[in-house]
Amino acid sequence: MGATLFRKIWDAHAVRTLPNGQTQLFVGLHLVHEVTSPQAFEMLRARGLGVAFPDRTVATVDHIVPTLSQARPFADAAADEMLARLSRSCAEHGIRLFDLGDERQGIVHVIGPELGLTQPGMTIACGDSHTSTHGAFGAVAFGIGTSQVRDVLASQCLALDPLKVRRIDLTGRLAPGVAAKDVILALLARLGVTGGNGFAYEYGGEAVDAMSMDERMTLCNMSIEGGARVGYVNPDETTFAYLSGRPFAPQGEAFERAVAWWKTLASDGDAVYDDRITLDASSLEPVVTWGINPGQSVPVSGHVPHETDADGPERASLSEALAYMGLDGGERIEGTRIDVAFIGSCTNGRLSDLREAAKIAKGRKVSPHVRALVVPGSVAVKTAAEHEGLDVIFRDAGFEWRNAGCSMCLAMNPDRLNGREVCASSSNRNFPGRQGSPTGRTLLMSPAMVAAAAVAGEVVDVRRLL
Amino acid sequence: MSAIRAVSGRALPLRGDDIDTDRIIPARFLVAVTFEGLGEHAFEDDRAALSGAHAFDRPEFRGASILLVNRNFGCGSSREHAPQALQRRGIRAIVGESFSEIFAGNALVLGLPCVTASYEVVEKLQSLAEAQPDIAFTLDLESETVTAGDLTASVALKGATRDALLAGTWDSTGALLARFDEVRAVAAKLPYVGGFQASTGR
Ligand code: SF4
Repeated sequence: MGATLFRKIWDAHAVRTLPNGQTQLFVGLHLVHEVTSPQAFEMLRARGLGVAFPDRTVATVDHIVPTLSQARPFADAAADEMLARLSRSCAEHGIRLFDLGDERQGIVHVIGPELGLTQPGMTIACGDSHTSTHGAFGAVAFGIGTSQVRDVLASQCLALDPLKVRRIDLTGRLAPGVAAKDVILALLARLGVTGGNGFAYEYGGEAVDAMSMDERMTLCNMSIEGGARVGYVNPDETTFAYLSGRPFAPQGEAFERAVAWWKTLASDGDAVYDDRITLDASSLEPVVTWGINPGQSVPVSGHVPHETDADGPERASLSEALAYMGLDGGERIEGTRIDVAFIGSCTNGRLSDLREAAKIAKGRKVSPHVRALVVPGSVAVKTAAEHEGLDVIFRDAGFEWRNAGCSMCLAMNPDRLNGREVCASSSNRNFPGRQGSPTGRTLLMSPAMVAAAAVAGEVVDVRRLL
Repeated sequence: MSAIRAVSGRALPLRGDDIDTDRIIPARFLVAVTFEGLGEHAFEDDRAALSGAHAFDRPEFRGASILLVNRNFGCGSSREHAPQALQRRGIRAIVGESFSEIFAGNALVLGLPCVTASYEVVEKLQSLAEAQPDIAFTLDLESETVTAGDLTASVALKGATRDALLAGTWDSTGALLARFDEVRAVAAKLPYVGGFQASTGR
């Protein structure tokens, strides 16, 4: 009987069964950022502990960095202190830090892959829930809390319970104008935001085979929005080709040996799954969220649901979401007026995302009432995009072109919504207040859809602008 | 760390599904290098929006230590600041229909039990706390029950979680460091740790 990739990686990294029944799992790569680590370093200090494997730990700064002027000290003294703390802690413990000003700095989930740090077969942990992104490479990657960051710093291990595995088969090919973002939003709508509790999601099938690594990362990134702490794709030639030549990937003969090992990790053909579902990817159209969790979405041709479409506890959620969003229910999603357009984040802030958005922006103008931002996911993405002239396309169209960071994905830096503004966003969460205004409203969609909305001043089907 | 066998106190009903960690503690309060002071900002934006009517602001629930929630509580960001904020505000246990895994794990390492109960049970507990805010609740982890007045209802928590709380061993760092030679042995067998050199590869 065959095994899943999840099981193979789990078994290879299991140290022992802890007295409480959990598994002690070795962590192959620990990614650290400024927000969830200072308290962890402090806990180490308080207990007189060091960092067990500093060479398997890599840090960067992303959440709180301003994307306009990045001159230090920042206007926000507390934010500046966080950066100073991180660089002190990294220096003290011998941890590699890609700080502001380093050409390798960027959102932690963007730089891990682009530097080749993220590799198949690894267990990866980071104090951030979107660590699931790295599963695109056939790694098992967990988001963790600060006390667990402390655990990994101190021992390079986590105490965890194994997950079940749900195989998600995406059959057929995506139609033009339909993106990986639309696939994951459609899956969340179908499986719900708690459907993945206790599961790792394994994505496969024709549509996934055809996806680039960037697209696979978008898919895995939002697994956590469905409750699945881990999402992954089995490694294949696309994975190996992406990693070849990356700075931290094995080189030369070591790369050949790595590929040979990586190939053994993919789920076996006769692997047994705890659950299995199929979605016809070719039937999908662009998707837009209308509500306050990422599962509340409709295809762009669709209508916002009515409160009466659900009953019991579902009904309460539905009416809460409609009230927050200022919707009556029943209206067409297309034509919803927007105030802000945000292209960026670890979900959709990579080069191919910016290319897709630029195709739509090219030769068009941002609607006069819309404030539009493009924020590359890393310095490397920014440099590459400028090399291709994407910055000029965006600027000519009236978008602001910013420095790398998490920006308006969350409210920890100067980029925020004001009041009840409605934001078309390529990020991953539409929770109340997520984008910095307690009453701000977020419509999640693909980067090309955001560009289209920026131009139209309202939600519009990007396929008409292709 | 001392064992946690039971939590007693008044209860605070907080209705709603999918209450995410951004709502529990808005991101702007994470711009800090300690967890201190987070308690006062718990649910700050939700509370402001309800101008005094939020369960955390209602005088009858002041000092309550058992939080009663619905489905998928603590979803979203992995920030440990969320359970930290609740604990620093005096919450000692949470009873809910379901929790996000990361939230429940983060809460456990702080010794803050998250136990689950059916929709019907949670509904009953919430209604009881609303009708009689002064009534004392007791969450007994050993027997996996909640009692309040005449009401006794069963709740559930994972065996490992229950054992850890009862034994006072929910802090994992010590256990993870106990047999560090075994950690080194596992690391040494992983081909990537050795950089895929011929001698360490398969
Ligand atoms: S881009 Fe958003 S979701 Fe991603 S790491 Fe940054 S804040 Fe978190």
